[in-house]
Amino acid sequence: MTVVIAVPSSLDDLTFESVLDQLAPHPADAKVIVDARHSTFATPYGLTALLTLAQTRAEKAEFLPPENPDTVSYWARAGFFRHAEELFDVRGHVPRPRSSGESDVLLEVTPVTRSDDVHGVVERIQERAASILLNKLHLESRATMGFAMTLSEACQNIVEHAGRGGWVMVQAYNYRRRLGGRFVVVIAVCDAGVGFRSSLESGQRRPLTDRWDDAVALEAAVVNGVSRYGDAGRGQGLKGIRGYVHRWEGKLSVRSGSARIALIPNWDDDVPRRENLAFFPGAQLQITIPEKVSAAA
Amino acid sequence: MTRIDVGSVLRHSANLPFSDLVTRPTGAAVRRCIQTELAALSEGDVALLDFSRIGMMDYSCADEVVAKLLIALAGQDAHSGYIVFHGITDAHLEAIETVLDHHGLALVVQFADGGARLVGSVTDDERAIWETVYARGAVATNHEPAERARILESLVQRRLLRHDGVAYAPLGPVQ
Repeated sequence: MTVVIAVPSSLDDLTFESVLDQLAPHPADAKVIVDARHSTFATPYGLTALLTLAQTRAEKAEFLPPENPDTVSYWARAGFFRHAEELFDVRGHVPRPRSSGESDVLLEVTPVTRSDDVHGVVERIQERAASILLNKLHLESRATMGFAMTLSEACQNIVEHAGRGGWVMVQAYNYRRRLGGRFVVVIAVCDAGVGFRSSLESGQRRPLTDRWDDAVALEAAVVNGVSRYGDAGRGQGLKGIRGYVHRWEGKLSVRSGSARIALIPNWDDDVPRRENLAFFPGAQLQITIPEKVSAAA
Repeated sequence: MTRIDVGSVLRHSANLPFSDLVTRPTGAAVRRCIQTELAALSEGDVALLDFSRIGMMDYSCADEVVAKLLIALAGQDAHSGYIVFHGITDAHLEAIETVLDHHGLALVVQFADGGARLVGSVTDDERAIWETVYARGAVATNHEPAERARILESLVQRRLLRHDGVAYAPLGPVQ
């Protein structure tokens, strides 16, 4: 039997749950068609999570690209199809971006497997991120360095903990749904690795609590800074990310297994903790930094 | 005074064609190279760790390069040399201050004009006494009240000051 998974017209971290809900009843070796024909918008989380989904399939899934020419063109410029063509059987013709240097995407979908990949990401992002953060988001110059540090630490979680490669993408856009058109910069880092719970278990770092599940593991790692390594210096990366997000009134969400936790700013009405979600391997992280508005505005 | 160019260590000794200090493996490789150079110092020598050619530094790398280096240096079996940091900018400071605070460590940053600043986890009294030593150039070990002598000795143990004959002295100035 072939299962058709309908990709929502607007694909982001929350609507991606509908993709996982559709997929959950079926085994990993089920024949799957991922139907994105009616998609017209995707965040970095949406695109990187789709690639991550492909990594979890025992049998290569088919992929039907968006029919909207602007959408499929953007997904191509974002580097999505460059990687999707290796992981999916992509049906039909998809446009080829002329060169990666001409992309309007802050950081195209980029694989992260080794620590050298993190170096490459940091080197590529800094100049363009500085311009966006200063001129579009109106943040202070010190936000630029923190942004690169945050991106570096988020990517390192894949290298250090996931056990397999993942993806990162960064983009800036008008956030109409929540912020009345204010600019945001969004980092998405997704992998289909072992996830937070298994990572902590592998290092014998489970907290001394009777309850132990994905939500508790996420809270231990993201909120309390517990790492699978006993080294006293560990856990500072996620702590640093939290500090950066808080300082610039941003939002952080991390999904792993069947749970998701979020650090929520005033401008958003997400819930801090979701449990009993459809199981999905690995960890999927999103950071949203909004445009700063003056107190008088 | 031995100068160690961390940018050069990153590019050549650690064999990485980058200017940013990011990731733990990179930090560990750079630290090992630096420790090899420090091992060649004579007892009491001061090494200048120059970050002028380093772009940005993330928390993981700061932990590997800065914190673990200071922890090793403070260890009983460590070589009895001293380190001052040079070329530290705002691009490095956030990560460095975070890891120093995490481990309860402190370090001395030396500026090009000879001025110096204590960075990291120190009490107000420790900072005040450290600044006095740097302002005077040296403080005699005798005639100090007990509490002040204890703090001075603690600053030496943490390698933020050094003994110079019968005086407590700054780690610099750097030539």
